[in-house]
Amino acid sequence: MPSTQPVTVNLGPQHPSTHGVFRMRVTFDGEEIVDVEPVFGYLHRGSEKLAEERTYTQVLTLTDRMDYVSSMLNNQSYILAVEKLANVEPSPRGVWLRMIASELQRIASHLVATGFLIQDLGALGTPLIYSMRQREYILDLFEMLCGARITNSYLRPGGVYMDAPEEFWPALDKVLLDVPHAFDELEELLSANEIIKSRTIGVSILSPESMVNASITGPMLRAGGVDWDLRHRNPYDFYDQINFHRPLHNSSDNFARFWVRIQEARESVKIIRQCIDKIEPGPVRPSFDEVPRLLRPPPGDVYSAIEGSKGELGFYLVSDGGIAPYRCHVRASSLINLTLLREMLIGELFNDLFVSFGSIDLNMGEVDR
Amino acid sequence: MIGPGLLRGLKITLINFFRFPATIQYPNRRVWLPELSRYNSLTPLKLFLETPKSAILSLFGMAEIPMKIPQSPRFRGNEFAWFEDRCTGCASCAKYCPLGIIEIVTSPGSTDIQEGENYSIDVFDIDIGRCMFCGLCVEACPYDALHMGTSFERSTTVRNKLVINKDNLNNSDKKPSSWYRPQFEEREFNPFDSEIEDHYEAGRHEKPEKRTMKDRWVDRNN
Ligand code: SF4
Ligand code: SF4
Repeated sequence: MPSTQPVTVNLGPQHPSTHGVFRMRVTFDGEEIVDVEPVFGYLHRGSEKLAEERTYTQVLTLTDRMDYVSSMLNNQSYILAVEKLANVEPSPRGVWLRMIASELQRIASHLVATGFLIQDLGALGTPLIYSMRQREYILDLFEMLCGARITNSYLRPGGVYMDAPEEFWPALDKVLLDVPHAFDELEELLSANEIIKSRTIGVSILSPESMVNASITGPMLRAGGVDWDLRHRNPYDFYDQINFHRPLHNSSDNFARFWVRIQEARESVKIIRQCIDKIEPGPVRPSFDEVPRLLRPPPGDVYSAIEGSKGELGFYLVSDGGIAPYRCHVRASSLINLTLLREMLIGELFNDLFVSFGSIDLNMGEVDR
Repeated sequence: MIGPGLLRGLKITLINFFRFPATIQYPNRRVWLPELSRYNSLTPLKLFLETPKSAILSLFGMAEIPMKIPQSPRFRGNEFAWFEDRCTGCASCAKYCPLGIIEIVTSPGSTDIQEGENYSIDVFDIDIGRCMFCGLCVEACPYDALHMGTSFERSTTVRNKLVINKDNLNNSDKKPSSWYRPQFEEREFNPFDSEIEDHYEAGRHEKPEKRTMKDRWVDRNN
């Protein structure tokens, strides 16, 4: 038996598999990982500080750029915090519309996560393109709603900026019919393939206790069997009027994380269908007399969180009565889900490193802000 | 490791192999002869006489025609449509822009019979090299003078050219997007085939009759 010697390798920051500019100092003993040290901050843009000198509506454009794979959800979280801070009563149609938009965004985000898993496993290109193609149809819907695909800025305090155009509804129906097929395909690729199964099942297991202690949320936590979904536990918007099922898995390995994401996206389709049934004509936002363009919320602070595509996404806003937030802090789910990276990876093999890393589904724009 | 699941995966890739492509050729699309003659509205024979090169290429499906990308009318592109006649120089747009990249300089202008005193706009610069096309400036404009554009092909190799000034804005195509402009949607205005010629058409209001204009406004100079 030849003796091996630990080797420290620097991965990133510009590495194609790190889902952004992320650096890891990994120590290997042979093929086995013995130590991981994440280094991040390369994409730090100071969004929280920038928010302090922008008006409440202008900060919305910064939230688009935090988690750029699910900007609608960022908008929703921020707008809910502003509404709570300024005591704005939202218009029902606007709320339904933003629920539809954010569930569509959740599907798009889970499509990206699942596509990249297969990419990380070494199936270069093809399965990723399948999920990206489906995501493209969802982005087309966003283009109809708000004219932009990624940096939406669609929501406004009290609702959304403009009602959906007429051609949006038939296009939405079409996408809702297509999405389950796309997930059938992805699931068939994912859960039937023996190679993928043998490489993901039983890899990077985290115990539910350690995940709860590290305050990990989102699909990662539900893959460990903990039933924690803010849409159900602490309903915001109109989620209390919606019936949906929360997919859980018990094994808490890489496979479970992606299985939960796929099932969750299927639930999102059902949520959107219920929203379409319940939406009624009316104004999409309060008039400018009730909610002016330049909000001046009373002094105070507020924390409000939503279930983002990656976990609990919260905004903490402090107002001093002025036109800009005195302090804005983001509880970025990607950053907090990253805290157990070391526990996940120690003892695993080198070729599982990026798969486990991708299974967190982090977005460097949100980690570094 | 090897099992039936691999075949099931291959079945999916095989099905996708026979699907229509989801991608679009951009900026040019390769076409065959019938489509080329339809595009040029010439009969194939005339096509061979007038443009022999592309006609021969089209026999092999290699002739190129420009591709139009399906876009939504709310698309926020980078050619701002600005109507000088509607703009009062109030600078709401400059104040509302999160990046502060709109520069407006005004000076007291003429006195108009219908509109009273107004300001003439000396400088109206938008640095679209730094613009993020959020559309908040359009939302802020109370007179419907500034609109997002719908085109997106404005790349240049010189940074200074990305600052669009008053002349650029006046001379550019007026193809406003309907972002925050419900009147365009009501009128079913399609920015991809038509332009707005008259600044009255860009507004939220009906154009008043000449007679009502005369009744409504008194000439203050007399
Ligand atoms: S689109 Fe946004 S960034 Fe660009 S000029 Fe208007 S407000 Fe400023
Ligand atoms: S474009 Fe609109 S907001 Fe800007 S100065 Fe002119 S009238 Fe005012």
